[in-house]
Amino acid sequence: MQKKVSKKIRLIALGLVVVGVISALCVFLNGANLDILNPKGEIAGKQRDLIVFATLLSAIVVLPVFALTFFIGWRYKESNKKAKYTPEWGGNRILESIWWGIPIILILVLSIITFKSSHDLDPFKPIESNKKPITIQVVALQWKWLFIYPEEGIATVNYVEFPVNTPVNFEITADAPMNSFWIPQLGGQIYAMSGMSTHLNLIANETGSYDGSSANISGEGFASMKFVAKATAREDFDRWVDESHLKNNVLSQASYTELVKPSANETPTIYSDVDPELYTMIMKKYIASGRHGGHAE
Amino acid sequence: MNLSAKLPEIKELFPLDDLLLTMATLTMIFGVITIAGALFYFKRWTWLWKEWLTTTDPKKIGVMYIIVAVLMLIRGFADAIMMRIQQAISVGDSEGIVSSDTFQQVFTAHGTIMIFFVAMGLMFGLINLVVPLQIGARDVAFPVLNSASFWLFVAGALLINLALAIGGEFAATGWLAYPPLSETQYSPGVGVDYWIWSIQIAGIGSLLSGINFLVTILKMRAPGMSLMKMPVFCWSVVGSMSLVIFAFPVLTATLAMLALDRTMGMHFFTADGGGNPMMYINLIWAWGHPEVYILILPAFGIFSEIVATFSRKKLFGYKSMVWAILAITVLSYLVWLHHFFTMGAGANVNAFFGIMTMIIAVPTGVKVFNWLFTMYRGRIRFTSPMYWFFGFVTTFTIGGVTGVMMAVPAIDFQVHNSLFLVAHFHNMIIGGVVFGYFAGLTYWFPKIFGFTLNEKLGKYAAWCWIIGFLVAFIPLYILGIMGATRRLDHYDPSMGWQGLFIVAGLGACIIGLGVMLQVLQFVVSFRDKRNNLDKTGDPWDGRTLEWSTKSPAPFYNFAVIPKVTRRDEFWEMKRDGTADKNPAYKDIHMPKNTGVGIYLAGFAFIFGFSTIWHVYWATALSTLGIIATLIIRSMNDDTEYTIPAKELEKLDTGKANV
Repeated sequence: MQKKVSKKIRLIALGLVVVGVISALCVFLNGANLDILNPKGEIAGKQRDLIVFATLLSAIVVLPVFALTFFIGWRYKESNKKAKYTPEWGGNRILESIWWGIPIILILVLSIITFKSSHDLDPFKPIESNKKPITIQVVALQWKWLFIYPEEGIATVNYVEFPVNTPVNFEITADAPMNSFWIPQLGGQIYAMSGMSTHLNLIANETGSYDGSSANISGEGFASMKFVAKATAREDFDRWVDESHLKNNVLSQASYTELVKPSANETPTIYSDVDPELYTMIMKKYIASGRHGGHAE
Repeated sequence: MNLSAKLPEIKELFPLDDLLLTMATLTMIFGVITIAGALFYFKRWTWLWKEWLTTTDPKKIGVMYIIVAVLMLIRGFADAIMMRIQQAISVGDSEGIVSSDTFQQVFTAHGTIMIFFVAMGLMFGLINLVVPLQIGARDVAFPVLNSASFWLFVAGALLINLALAIGGEFAATGWLAYPPLSETQYSPGVGVDYWIWSIQIAGIGSLLSGINFLVTILKMRAPGMSLMKMPVFCWSVVGSMSLVIFAFPVLTATLAMLALDRTMGMHFFTADGGGNPMMYINLIWAWGHPEVYILILPAFGIFSEIVATFSRKKLFGYKSMVWAILAITVLSYLVWLHHFFTMGAGANVNAFFGIMTMIIAVPTGVKVFNWLFTMYRGRIRFTSPMYWFFGFVTTFTIGGVTGVMMAVPAIDFQVHNSLFLVAHFHNMIIGGVVFGYFAGLTYWFPKIFGFTLNEKLGKYAAWCWIIGFLVAFIPLYILGIMGATRRLDHYDPSMGWQGLFIVAGLGACIIGLGVMLQVLQFVVSFRDKRNNLDKTGDPWDGRTLEWSTKSPAPFYNFAVIPKVTRRDEFWEMKRDGTADKNPAYKDIHMPKNTGVGIYLAGFAFIFGFSTIWHVYWATALSTLGIIATLIIRSMNDDTEYTIPAKELEKLDTGKANV
């Protein structure tokens, strides 16, 4: 009798813990922004759909596992003498074929989707659109993000703005340890590496300000490598570019050498003019010395 | 958070970073002095040297592995608690308890220590304890090499703990030290050098162990035990050790190249000068991914033994289980790129590695179903090892789902390097590896020490770990979905993350309670061991050969090597009534104890330490020392001793009467 009571208490305690945790989570999540599940662009939207699909597909295996675990654990506990006991039963071809077979089929389905989505959502692939894409060059520095607009001739730090519903082609490099360029609500990330130019094609389908960050540790100030990505109407963007040109703040090679010095928590800056060769120069800094097989200095 | 807002002021008065460093150093020095002092006081140095430090008995080596791993677990866990506190309070104006740099050292230490010195240590400990007994052998294939492996592991562990005491810094690069961040340009201090040499030395020990145990299993099984009659744990060790043999040389070479970059100014992985950091990332994961399976396969093996024993039923689908292990072993070499889909390898390459990764889910899933059907129509005893098993099935399955999700490159782009990833791999490592090893330790404990562990405390500890794990890591999954990246020492309150970080911190505290209960479990069990003595040698109604010998297992394991004709030989013997026949004793040969392992590791330690500090004459001398030790040892032909049949009989029957 006593044992039964203590078991009940234990079960109740466990139930309370579970309920407590779930309700605590609900309180915390109330109003929380689940960025990845709340996409604002076509790429992030498709990635969200994939996440949901993969979860549901896995559920076909996982739910039976959970159900079986608890059913078998309860039914065949030692105290239940009524349950069947077959100590010598060590295999069954049909059963084993089922659990080799069904996962294989599921993985086959997922493989096809993986192959298609890898091509479809390849970050290097330009997004199809009737609007002309905008190119933005991104440089990861210690510890801030530099954005160069080669066509508009302006540059920014820790802030990037682009027109809504227009494909954005980010060309990404680093003048720093490796970083990862990520705007969760618009789509997945890509590494930023010195001497290399990676591409990330994203699009925002709603106007708004989205958080961006570096997802890869790059030294002491890396937690502060945050930026705002703002998607605006085309007219607002054009106006912003024009206003930016009016500022008297040029990013030349000389001012770049100042900018490149390590610093954290930089406030967003806008440069009215930028050396058009800057991005290539930053890239070549690492490649050129490679050709000579040693340091230039 | 009033308190956390005030912390910056408090911190100026007491620089906490320095305080923590000093405390850590003092604790270590205090610990060493206490132990050394106690040994002098009780005059146990000779005993320690003769019975333990120079031993070639795999059971004693296994126990020492586990002691070192548990000590390192406490350090790694302290790091984890610091991380949870920092991330729970370092929001907005508050800077938390440590600086960015210290925080980065803390998580680097946490990852490095937990994988290299806790998980690997527990794994080799268990393998040492169990494998020879399970295959009916008296020893391993290369007993002295085994001792050397262990001491190299200890040398690595000492070196990594020395980083704070002498040098004052740990690497702050993340546990895999990606270049160019880990190159001298960005990490000029000795932290990365300590990291390189401690895992380099421990890694060589692991490689030697891998060779040793593969050969042991292939060559030293009891007569009649064909491969397909072997216990599944031994099969899992075959898989794991094959991975060690192929993966660890890659680690050694990669670390050597990074060391050359740092000390000789070479350019293997530098960003400029023709180096290629992407090569490092490929190489380190070509080791790193198999490493995950090196750790998890033995855990699978342990659960296979435990589930069958505690269901009093044959393991379901033995052949499926073996093929699943082998499939996982081969596949685990073909998936390393999934750790960096985001490096931009291109759609076809990413898709290939994504699909290979998903395929691993198939044999893994098969194993889960086979365990479940081992219990089906069994008689399940809910002992604490089974608690760990149920905890494992529930948590590991969640980790499996998120793992398959992240195997899709397009999904990985979104959750890579986020806390979602952190939650996923802790799901696999804690829910899979750690729960498995704890289950194994509880299960085989009586075989080594002669008494069982306190079940009640063991069950409470398992509950704490399982619930604590969920409370600590489910919030991290959600945080990852909210866009929180890993390794942040500070974030803005507007992100809305703090609540979940606090919940995660509470989860870590629940796990901490579980750790304390485990310590208590050991203390209480030791105190009450007279009540829990395992007099039969078979406390769980076991199935495999290790339960056919006495508990604690004598140093020679089996007075007479058993003959095997079937799977689960001991279970069948008990059914036939052939378990206790009169043995025919013969002379046996056992390896002598030797200090060679300690000497080798001592020189390796000096080698590492002097290379870190650029004292090259000491590097040269220690190299000579290693070579000389090896030559002298190879000249020594007197490495074994014989126990005559009569003495063996006395030992065997004498103990049985106690």
